[in-house]
Amino acid sequence: MTGELTSHLNQNALKRQAQRERLSLLGLTSPAIIIIMIAMVLPVGWLFYLSFLSDEGVISLTNYQRMLDSKAYTRIFLTTFKVAFLTTGLCALIGYPLAYFLSQLPERIANICLLTVLLPFWTSLLVRTYAWLVLLQRKGLVNEWGIGLGLWDEPLPLVHNLNGTLIGMVHIMLPFLILPLYGSMKSIDTNYLKAAANLGATPTQAFWRVFMPLSFPGLFAGALIVFILSLGFFVTPAILGGGKVIMVAMQITRNIELFFNWGASSALGVVLLLITLGILYISSRFVSLDNILGGHR
Amino acid sequence: MSSSHALPISIKSVTKTYGAVHALDNVNIDVASGEFLTLLGPSGSGKTTLLMALAGFNRPDAGSISFGSEEVVLKPPHKRNVGMVFQNYALFPHMTVALNVAFPLKLRKTPKADIQEKVLKALDTVQLGGFEDRQISQLSGGQMQRVALARAIVFEPRILLMDEPLSALDKNLREHMQIEIRRLHEKLGMTTVYVTHDQREALTMSDRIAVINHGRLMQCDAPRDLYNHPMNRFVAEFIGESAFLTVTRDGAQILFNGAPLKHSSKTIPDGDLLLMIRPERLAVLQGETPDNMNVITGHITELVYQGETMLTYTQVSDGSIIAVRVNTRSGHALTNAKVGDPLKLGLHPEDTIFIAADGGEV
Repeated sequence: MTGELTSHLNQNALKRQAQRERLSLLGLTSPAIIIIMIAMVLPVGWLFYLSFLSDEGVISLTNYQRMLDSKAYTRIFLTTFKVAFLTTGLCALIGYPLAYFLSQLPERIANICLLTVLLPFWTSLLVRTYAWLVLLQRKGLVNEWGIGLGLWDEPLPLVHNLNGTLIGMVHIMLPFLILPLYGSMKSIDTNYLKAAANLGATPTQAFWRVFMPLSFPGLFAGALIVFILSLGFFVTPAILGGGKVIMVAMQITRNIELFFNWGASSALGVVLLLITLGILYISSRFVSLDNILGGHR
Repeated sequence: MSSSHALPISIKSVTKTYGAVHALDNVNIDVASGEFLTLLGPSGSGKTTLLMALAGFNRPDAGSISFGSEEVVLKPPHKRNVGMVFQNYALFPHMTVALNVAFPLKLRKTPKADIQEKVLKALDTVQLGGFEDRQISQLSGGQMQRVALARAIVFEPRILLMDEPLSALDKNLREHMQIEIRRLHEKLGMTTVYVTHDQREALTMSDRIAVINHGRLMQCDAPRDLYNHPMNRFVAEFIGESAFLTVTRDGAQILFNGAPLKHSSKTIPDGDLLLMIRPERLAVLQGETPDNMNVITGHITELVYQGETMLTYTQVSDGSIIAVRVNTRSGHALTNAKVGDPLKLGLHPEDTIFIAADGGEV
């Protein structure tokens, strides 16, 4: 709404000053914009371009066509979703009680416990994954002890399959779920629980009717991060899956290393990116993405 | 006020310490059935600690709290059946207005049809009919206040607790809600314990006010008695404006600057005394001095115009400076007063209040 000005005193000088200010702000942000252009926008654009190049170097939809035609690709996408979904579910199942427990501890002890949750972050992903391989294999620690204690007779197939993949991935993804969930649980005003108690709710009722619903945004945020990270995961399924669990990221490497087909790999990358963006878009209708991506609360 | 809607509260020797600090120091208060009692004190005085002990959120180190004939000090909060309005309302953000108000009824397994009816009635009582389906985030501060009130009364508790419920509202709305809560109390008749640090709010709303400082009960009286006859300097200073002049004893007489004072007090505290003066109780005298009044003379040191009154700082004969509130009606004695003008002030014997000089430190 621009009303008719009733005074023109210094009008032009003030306008010029406002313009100068806008220009200098633009100048200050330009290095960041340039870095983002070079590091993010250009490579993704290049990826898009490559995905439309056929083996003969002509622009075409061959790479996408192949994905639709080949049963193998359908299976790969289904596996990817299954693994991501199961990982997310298991993380939520294990992470929720843990985060709740942490949120109820006194600040100092909770911080120490959080440190132990974060500890795996500081060791190499590769080392952790190989450690699981050692633990879970046929003659690994888990099977040896299980048989030794008489819990089971034959070595359990714990690795080189879906089981191993899930165990490894849940272990690696758990902090991504616990941290946002813990944050959202900590931010629940204890007065809500007091109010619930005052109105006649037992501690159990207060938990189910008040605490749990209020912690959902945090759970959803954590689950979303885990799900999206799992979709593109490579190392753990590659090592612990034993070639039986083929996910999209692994197919991308295979296309390049075995067939030197950049076009097919790029197309897979693009589809994965679009799926991820699609999930984010749908999620944004249920919870504010600011919460998930660590913006303001 | 029918007693079936209310329970008396008896607080006996309640003590609570945090480390070396006495949050509550041997507090005894009896709240009559249907009474509106306000706990008044500065922040950190222990008034909220006491309220939380009544609600069950806070376990005293010693003492007894009973509702009616029932000892509740060991009862968990969810079994106390008292309504409570929290300072920041604590309305559940994931529920609508109606679901918030229905919450205590659902926990009490009230039949569905009754819930509907009671929720509507409670919202009507707080003048929020038609707001059932609103989200909490869509409400203004005053509306949230009303929902919190509706939720606290919907299950017909016989005791209602309020923890500075109006502190987040702006001044006009706050004054409006004071009257409204008072009316609601008269209509529903439940015993109400109300916490505030605002002395005017306490005077406006309460049947009785319990003034608390440093965890101790300083005085518990009706607003008028508390204002007119504070028992110590803390109460005198915390409630209303007051000035203190040093007075001396001469046998049975009490002298200010050598002149005996007329007064109507039956009991005078022992030890050193102060004369407490409310700024609005001083009359500006002109011409003849009425002989039923104590006269204090001085001269004006500062004039502050405050709309309905003129705050007139006056240096009196013993050298101390006291404030006098003078009405600003046109044609009044001080309409054209200037700094330095002499002033003759009259104090009615009934307004001549002596309090002990020590004790009740602020």
